[in-house]
Formats: sequence, structure tokens, C-alpha cells
Amino acid sequence: MAETKVAAYICKGCGLGERLDTDALVKIAQKDGKVPMAKTHDFLCSADGVAMIRNDVANEGVTHIMIGACSRRAKTEAFHFPENAVARANLREGVVWIRPDTEEARETTQDMAEDYIRMGCAEVKAMAAPGGNPNTGSSKTLLVVGGGVTGMTTAIEASKTGYPVVLVEKTGALGGMAGQLWKRMPVHEPFKSPADTGVADLAAQVMGDSNIKVYLNATIAKTDGAPGRFVVQIATESGATHTEDIGAIVQASGFTTYDMNKLPELGGGKSPNVVDQLGLEALAKAAAAGDGVIRRPSDNQPVKSVVFVQCAGQRDPSGTHLAYCSGFCCNASIKQAMYFKDANPSVDTTIIYTDLRTPGNGEDFYRSAQEKGVIFTKGKVSGVQPGSNGSTVSFHDLILDDANATIADVDLVVLATGQVPNSGVDIFAVPKEGEGEPEVKPISILNLNYRQGTDVPQLKQGFTDSHFICFPYETRRTGIYTAGPVRRPMDIAQAREDATGAALKAIQALENAELGRAAHPRSGDLSFPKVRLEGCTQCKRCTVECPFGAIDEDEKRFPVFNESRCRRCGTCMGACPVRVISFENYSVNTVGAQVKAVDIPDEFSEKPRILILACENDAYPALDMAAMNRNEYSAFVRVIPIRCLGSVNTIWVTDALNAGYDGVMMMGCKSGDEYQCHFVKGSELGRVRMSKIDDTLKTLNLETERVRDLEVAITDIERVPEMINKYVEELVAIGPSPFKGF
Amino acid sequence: MTEHVATNETILVVGGGISGMTAALEAAETGKNVVLVEKNPALGGRTSQLYRYFPKLCHPTCGLEINQRRLKNNPRIRVLTLAEVTGIEGGTGNYTVSVRVKPRYVNENCTACGECAKAVSTEVADPFNYNLGTHKAAYLPSSMAYPQRYVLDPAIIGTPEADAAKAACKYGAIELDMQEETLQVKAGAVIWATGWQPYDAAKIQPYGYGRFKNVITSVEFERLADPHGPTGGKLLRPSDGKEAKNVAFIQCAGSRDENHLRHCSRICCMASLKQTHYVREKYPEDGKSTIYYIDIRAIDRFEDFYQKVQADPSVSFIKSKVARISEDEQGNPVCWGVNTEGYKRYTTPHDLVVLAVGMEPSVKGVNIPGHIVADSSGFIEADPANGAVFGAGCASNALDVNRAVQSATAAALRAIQVVNKVAKAEA
Repeated sequence: MAETKVAAYICKGCGLGERLDTDALVKIAQKDGKVPMAKTHDFLCSADGVAMIRNDVANEGVTHIMIGACSRRAKTEAFHFPENAVARANLREGVVWIRPDTEEARETTQDMAEDYIRMGCAEVKAMAAPGGNPNTGSSKTLLVVGGGVTGMTTAIEASKTGYPVVLVEKTGALGGMAGQLWKRMPVHEPFKSPADTGVADLAAQVMGDSNIKVYLNATIAKTDGAPGRFVVQIATESGATHTEDIGAIVQASGFTTYDMNKLPELGGGKSPNVVDQLGLEALAKAAAAGDGVIRRPSDNQPVKSVVFVQCAGQRDPSGTHLAYCSGFCCNASIKQAMYFKDANPSVDTTIIYTDLRTPGNGEDFYRSAQEKGVIFTKGKVSGVQPGSNGSTVSFHDLILDDANATIADVDLVVLATGQVPNSGVDIFAVPKEGEGEPEVKPISILNLNYRQGTDVPQLKQGFTDSHFICFPYETRRTGIYTAGPVRRPMDIAQAREDATGAALKAIQALENAELGRAAHPRSGDLSFPKVRLEGCTQCKRCTVECPFGAIDEDEKRFPVFNESRCRRCGTCMGACPVRVISFENYSVNTVGAQVKAVDIPDEFSEKPRILILACENDAYPALDMAAMNRNEYSAFVRVIPIRCLGSVNTIWVTDALNAGYDGVMMMGCKSGDEYQCHFVKGSELGRVRMSKIDDTLKTLNLETERVRDLEVAITDIERVPEMINKYVEELVAIGPSPFKGF
Repeated sequence: MTEHVATNETILVVGGGISGMTAALEAAETGKNVVLVEKNPALGGRTSQLYRYFPKLCHPTCGLEINQRRLKNNPRIRVLTLAEVTGIEGGTGNYTVSVRVKPRYVNENCTACGECAKAVSTEVADPFNYNLGTHKAAYLPSSMAYPQRYVLDPAIIGTPEADAAKAACKYGAIELDMQEETLQVKAGAVIWATGWQPYDAAKIQPYGYGRFKNVITSVEFERLADPHGPTGGKLLRPSDGKEAKNVAFIQCAGSRDENHLRHCSRICCMASLKQTHYVREKYPEDGKSTIYYIDIRAIDRFEDFYQKVQADPSVSFIKSKVARISEDEQGNPVCWGVNTEGYKRYTTPHDLVVLAVGMEPSVKGVNIPGHIVADSSGFIEADPANGAVFGAGCASNALDVNRAVQSATAAALRAIQVVNKVAKAEA
């Protein structure tokens, strides 16, 4: 390994040269930062300034670069040195832009800049340029679990992109739920009539593709490993187990319909003439195979009147049935009403709904149904009473405000019951104690041999959806993507789109794994956690806390890091009580050294020091933007960006307090159900950890106010400076830390 | 960002909103070279102009920050701003795309120090705020702007203001003689992610948009609610700056209407439900929202969001397509119509009316070069006749952000399939 040579470069542009004594900063870098080479430049991000740095790297052996200029979020193209360790001392957004340009502010502003130079030098020396670990696995094969429309689409699209696929389907045939449909809603102009499902074509494509290996009547017995090197055991009907090397996984395990037997008040299970939507598809298929007339199951007579009950067992706030809307059922009922109308316009078809939900061009389909004579009635169905001459549907007619409206002599009632995801075991479910019968434990889909459980974590209502609006594919298991109705309720068209996107994410994951690169949100990051096992106490905190289930345990309960499952948030590093986990460019040391580098004035100076640990995803950009708006804040704070609140190791806080800092502010993203943490649980775990800091403060005889945990959003451009200034006032009132000068 | 020469293994992405950025990033992070073309001076698109997202009520800039960081770290993406596609020649695997780049008058030397803006006094309309306010003619489009580089408005070019801006720049970043240029970019596949525009509310004559100052659109309401918007986040109505505490939301303003947009725009119900939160957030004591609707389309998992708003006593729902809006002497907009649940007439004044305007694909009325198959609303259809030009996001359908991102990710794969085939043929 080449010898480390650190150089500090201090920019004089953007007012830094006028507002700061940059010559003094150079001296600080040399004396306190102990860097052998420190230079200033009038305009460091210019071609000339960058060339100066490049020249020093090429000819002077500089390996570590400390740039004292603008925020690490600015001028990223100019200051792009992927081969070197780089630290950025934020003198612009962090100092001159948030301080008034007054004579009396000059000294504290300069103090601030000098500290950031000390911190930058200390940080860069503790860093190494991450090299990545390319030996983590190189399988390029996708595993697709589920042979419905979603799974088949994923397989076909991945194969078209040039990747081999293993597809596992638990039944004896491809097609899934869509295979049971007679027709689907149209997806092309003119959106007027039901269309072919396309399932047979998809199945034929899959079966005819030599790049796709299909296992029917098969399930996943065990999934070991990580992206790029999954080893998957596939159990088949014959009892034989096949092992496949897999790079990434798409789980397309689909849905089952909500059981209409749970809706006896709507006639579910009470009469053969009350069916769910899938039941009607079967009748339509039977009709198509015969004379084209849909018949009543009880007596095989042609159906002359049919009522569709929307939201049956759905949108139920009481908690008895499904709380959500399944999204596709309005169009499905419209389609099914057309089955009747297209064959025989004299059949009475009524759809009873509360809100008809036909987004996009579904509106044309809805219009077409109206033209075909389908009756739409806004109402809430209260009961279906099957009788010998047909059923009676009772409902509250919301237009006429008639609570006792009925439709009698209905030949067939169709309940639109919606989708229930097949998401496997809810690995974080809290077992209910006592009362009632034990619930049947769902069968695992993936049988992951992961420390944290066998399946992908679920969100609300059993869906494996991502919680992120901007990043819909981000599951909490790297390299495993869920697609189709297991992720959120959806129709065929959406499932196909979703499947195609999931195929891309899976391909990307296995390519990343081969190069040792991180996936979202630290895409491309080549650093990964390294653990010094000889210091490990087998406490298991890292393996329990990792939001992505990346860490397993060996038989001696030592952590086993699976790098290609890791998202580089550093939660393990924050959790580790003995501090043996680190990244090359982010470690207990890189932050700890900065904490220690700050000059702490004595208690008589009236210059308190407050450490801010700010999440780089939201709080740090908010501070930057506050600076761009020239919103001023106190010169007594020193800000260190962190990857996530979850990565905060308590030692940084205790070190700071022991060193005489007067207070510590931690700024992280919102946690809880509506979390905004980019690492899902990072900020929550960080907060749980920090909630215990009070004990430490008490043992140090310090006031609990000296550590403050704050929720900061990226838009808090006005609020963050206010919070800082208020906190500084509070600390001034409390008085200086008793630890100064020790 | 290294300049790379585009080849027929390059993917061209048109549109730098969340769909285009996603498509570009997903393709680049899978190892493909991408040219991303955006017509505005900064990336981010329409979502960056929203105050909050439904259903989490989180902020769009949060995801934008991550996407911009992904972009800054990825040398495979070349970003062209102030750029529009004017022509596409060739076919699948071998396109030549003409891109017209307007002058920014500011080069890459810009440090975003802001001295040029201080030197300029001319104010111009601010499209980021839907022209509800103005900004300096030397400006950074927003605090989140990427590229983080100032822009000179063409209005001051050739005036002493431009010279003053140039004189104020110490870094040689201002080039007043920059000219419009047209680049020829090679590409194997093209992702068309030009998003949507709000339906022109003035065309819905009975609602009086443009005649009554206190009738505004849902996208304008987002800017009023945003602390970084023209009112500093206060819900002040345009006519007299009075606090708008009694706000009406009119659904399907343009959508689901064969005279205007025949499709349902999908997002507007959820957007209005979300915007009732803004009213309550700003006026917790006496804020009041009324939603006039045909059907509330809180589709799939969003149902619980709807239920929460329904449970809120400050929000009322009236099933009605508002017939017309008039204005009373105090400048209050008055909604006229019939509540179809029970057929009750109403004539109700509000402080402010927000029209939940529909989503019109930006491709409509714009001549996409080449022959693109679109549906009757102008959304790009998935059709083999389109060759390797793939619609993504709201250029392809009326989608919310989550679905637009999915669509963009899928489009990225379709484009990759094409360029992989090209690579294979050339190998």
C-alpha cells in the first residue's frame, strides 16, 4: 500500500478569502492538522485549482485530500477524486454564509473555520479510499418465485435483457390468478370491450425460452447467501430437491381472493348463486366453452339479472374485513357486466358502488359500460338474501337517500371481494397472547436462512410494499424485490409494469454484487463494514439491529457480514458497544477524530461548543440550504454529517461531553410508522439507543439537556437555524460544561 | 461528470423530472451510458414544486436529494439542461436525436455564490412558483437546483443589467455571447419522460379561473402552502391577501369530461385530500375544507388516508359536480350546484376555491418527432410501432409518483434490452 500523504487545499473564493484569514487556516492545517502540504487557491473549483490538486496527486504522492471550500454537496464534479480519500471542510455553507459579516462576528467566525479545518484534517487521516470487495459473488441468474402474470413477465423481460432465469411455481401450471380469467380489461385504445388476457401467450413464451428454467409443483425449501451468491434449494413434488446458484430474486407470489364465506350477510357461502369475481370468471369460461350464455349455478338457467356488489369485505374501517381498496375490482365488475351485455343486451346488470374507481383510461371503459346499458347505482349494500326465485339485494341508495332500497329476483350476485397478498411469514409479527384459537402460521415463501427471519418484511396489511414514495422497489432485503399484487393490490397491466421494473432492480442488484457496490440509497458506494472479530463480544446487537438483515451469526454467535446485502447505513457500527465495526471511509474514528479535533475554549471564554451530528440525507442538506438563504445561526456549533442517525455510536457523544462540549444535538429523519429514514429503521434505532444516554449523563453528573435528539426534515430551512439558536441559548442559561479544561 | 461520446449503446432520456431521473439513474446504475435532457434550467420536474407528498405527507425534496446524490456520483450520466429534443432520425438501436440547447449565459465556472443576482434588479416571472411571484433575472431556480448553477433570463441580455451581472462575477462564469445550439446525439433507445402539465383551467369557463382571482389551481395551492413559496407558506388568497380559511376543492376540474380530458387523472382526489391537511396545518382552530367530488378515488392502499380525512370534522364532502362559480361583493368565490346525495341545492361562498386540475400529458400538442402511438388522451402507448422509443411516467399514463417511478424503472429495462442487443451485435 502506498504511503499516506495528506494535503489540505483552502479556497479563497466565494468570499472565503475576504471573510476569513486563510493564511491562518493554512497554519492551522499544518500545525494542528499536521498535514505536510497546505495550500490556498483563489478559485479552487476552477480548472486551474483542480489541476493543482491533480498535479499534487500525480507528482507529489498526495493520497488524502482535504478540501476547505464549500459543502460536500456542492461542486461535486470538480472535486471528484474517486481514487483518493477526500474530506470536505465546509467553510462556505457551514461558516461564512451562516454568519453575519460584521466586525464583532469576525473572531467567532474564524474560530469556526479553524475548527472545520482541524476536523477535516483529522477526518481525512482516519479515512482510506474504499476499494470495494469484488469477491462477493457473480451469479447472473434471476430466481423468480411465482408463475403468474407477474412472475412470467419478470422472467421474460430478464431473459430478453440477457440474463438466465429460474422460475418456480407452486402449482402444476403457469398462469396464476390471471389464468383463471376469461378476459381482462383492455389496455389499448379504444378501451371499450374486454380483451384477451394474454396469459396463454406469456406461458408459451416462457416455456419456449431456453434461457428460462421452469420448476412446476415446486417451492423454495431454503435460500442461503446474498445477492450474487444465493444458493436456493427448490423442493419439487417428487420429493427431490434441486439446488440453484442465484444472483437476485424477484418474489411474485401474488394474491388470493378474500374469502367470501366471511361475508354471510352478503350471501357469501349461502347460495351457489352468490359468487365472487373469480367465480363469475369460471361461469364465463364455461359459457364460452358452450353456447356463450352465462348460467345460474343453482339450476343452469340463463342469467337474466345480475348485481355486482363493490367493496365486498373491503374498505372496512372496523377491522373485521380488509381495510384497503383493491383498486382493480371496479374495472373487473365493469368488464364482467359487459360479459352479459355483449352477449345479450337484455340482461339486467347493476353495479352497486360507493366510489367508482376507474383511473386513467378506465374512464373510457366505464363510459362504454354506460353506453352498453350497465346500471351504476351509488349505494351501500347491507344484505343479500338468497331465495328460491333469486336473491334480494338490500342497500342504502345514496342518491335517493333511501335506506331501504332493494332489488329483488336477482339471478346472480357477484361479490367484488378483493386481493389478499401471499406474502409469507410476517417476521416481525408480535405473537398475540391468550385469547382465541391459535392463528395458522402462514407458510414461508422464500425460507430465507437469515438471522432476522424467513421472509421479506411486510408493511401494512401484509403487503411487502416499500414505504417510500420515490423508491417503490426498496424492500428491506437487498437483492430481493417483490412485484405484483404481493406488493400492493393491482391489476394485470400494473403487474406487468411492476414485474418489468422489478426485473431491472434484480439485474442491477446482481451486477452491483459482482462489483462490490452498494445498492440504493448509497448507490455505488464501495465501502463496506469491516469487523475486528477479535474484539467482538458476541452481543448480537449488530445482527439484531441491521435494518436489512445483512448480518447472520455463526455457530459461536460471531457476526457474519454479508456485504452484498449491506446498504452501508452504519447502523451496525452505531450499535456496536465495543466499536469493532467500521467502514474504510466512515468509522468510529473518522467521526471521533473530528469530535476530538475541535478546540474547546475554557469556561471563562463565553464560547460554548455544541456538537451537531446531522444526517447527511436530510438535516445536512437543510443546513446547506439555510446557508444558501443566508439564514444565520450560532458560531458555537460544529456540524459533522453522518450517514444515518442509526450509525451514531454513543462513544461520540460521551467523548464530546468528556472533552468539554456543552451540548450535543442529533438531527435525524422522522421515525415511527410514517418514517422518512432512508434506511427504514436507522433513525428509530438511533433514537432508541440515544434514549438511554440519560443514564450516562447522570453518571457524568451532567444535565440531561446536554444531549438533544431532533427530528429534521430537508425542508426545515428556516426551522433548523432557529432550533440551533434556541438550543444555544438554553445551554448558555445552564452554564458551561464542568468538563472543560480537563 | 466526464463527457462521454454518445453511441448507439447510449440511452437518451427526455425529461428530468422524477420519472426521467429515475429512468436515467436506474439505467446508469445498471452500467449503461445515459444522456438526460431537461428543458428547464434544473432537474426535479413537477414533483419538486410540491410541498408534500400523499400519503406520508413527506417532502419531495427528500427523495430528490437522494436522486441528485446518485447523479453526482455517477459518471455515466450526462445532463443537458435548457435542452429540448427537436428531431429523431433513425430506428431501433440507431437513433440520431437533435437536441436544441438554449443559452444559460452562465458556464460551469459558476460557484452559485449569488453575486450576479445582487447586481441585478430586474424581476421576472417565476415559473417554479407558477408565476405567483417573481425572481431576479439572474437566479438559481431553487435551493435544491441541480445543476447548482445560476441562470440569466434572456430578458436582460443586451441590457446594462447583464453587463452588471457579468461584472459582479469574479469567476468568469457569465458568458453573454452564449448562443443557442443544436446537438446531434446518438442513442440506441429513447425514454420519453416529459411528464404532464396541469390542464388549462381557463378552458373550464363556468369556474371563472382567470376571471376570479380567488379561484386557483391545485398546483398553485402547493406553492402557497410551501414555506419556500411566494407567500412563505401562508395560505393567503390572491385578491386581497386575506387568510384563506374556508377552502373549497373542486374535483375533476377538466378530468372525466369529454369536453376537456376524457380520462381520470388519478392523482387529484388524493392531492385534494392531502391539501385539506395544509388547511388544518395552517389553521388548526378554524380551518375548513369542502371537497366537491363525483367519486373519491383513493385507490388501493390509500384508502386509510381517505378514512382519516373523512373522520376529520373540519372537512366536508359533497357529492356534486359544481355547476358554476360566481363571485360575491367581498371577492369570495361562490359555488353553485346540487348535492346529488339527496338532491339538495347549494350556493356556498368560500374564501378560496382550489380546482383539482387534471393531468394532461406534456406530449399532447407537442410534436414528438417521429411517429408515436398514443391513446386518445395523448398518453404514449406501449406499441411495437414506437420502435425503441418508450414512454415513462406521466407521459405514458395518469400516474402518481410511486407508479411513475415504477413505470420509469420498467422503461429503463426496455431501453437496456435494446442497447444490450446493439452491444451484442457489435461484439
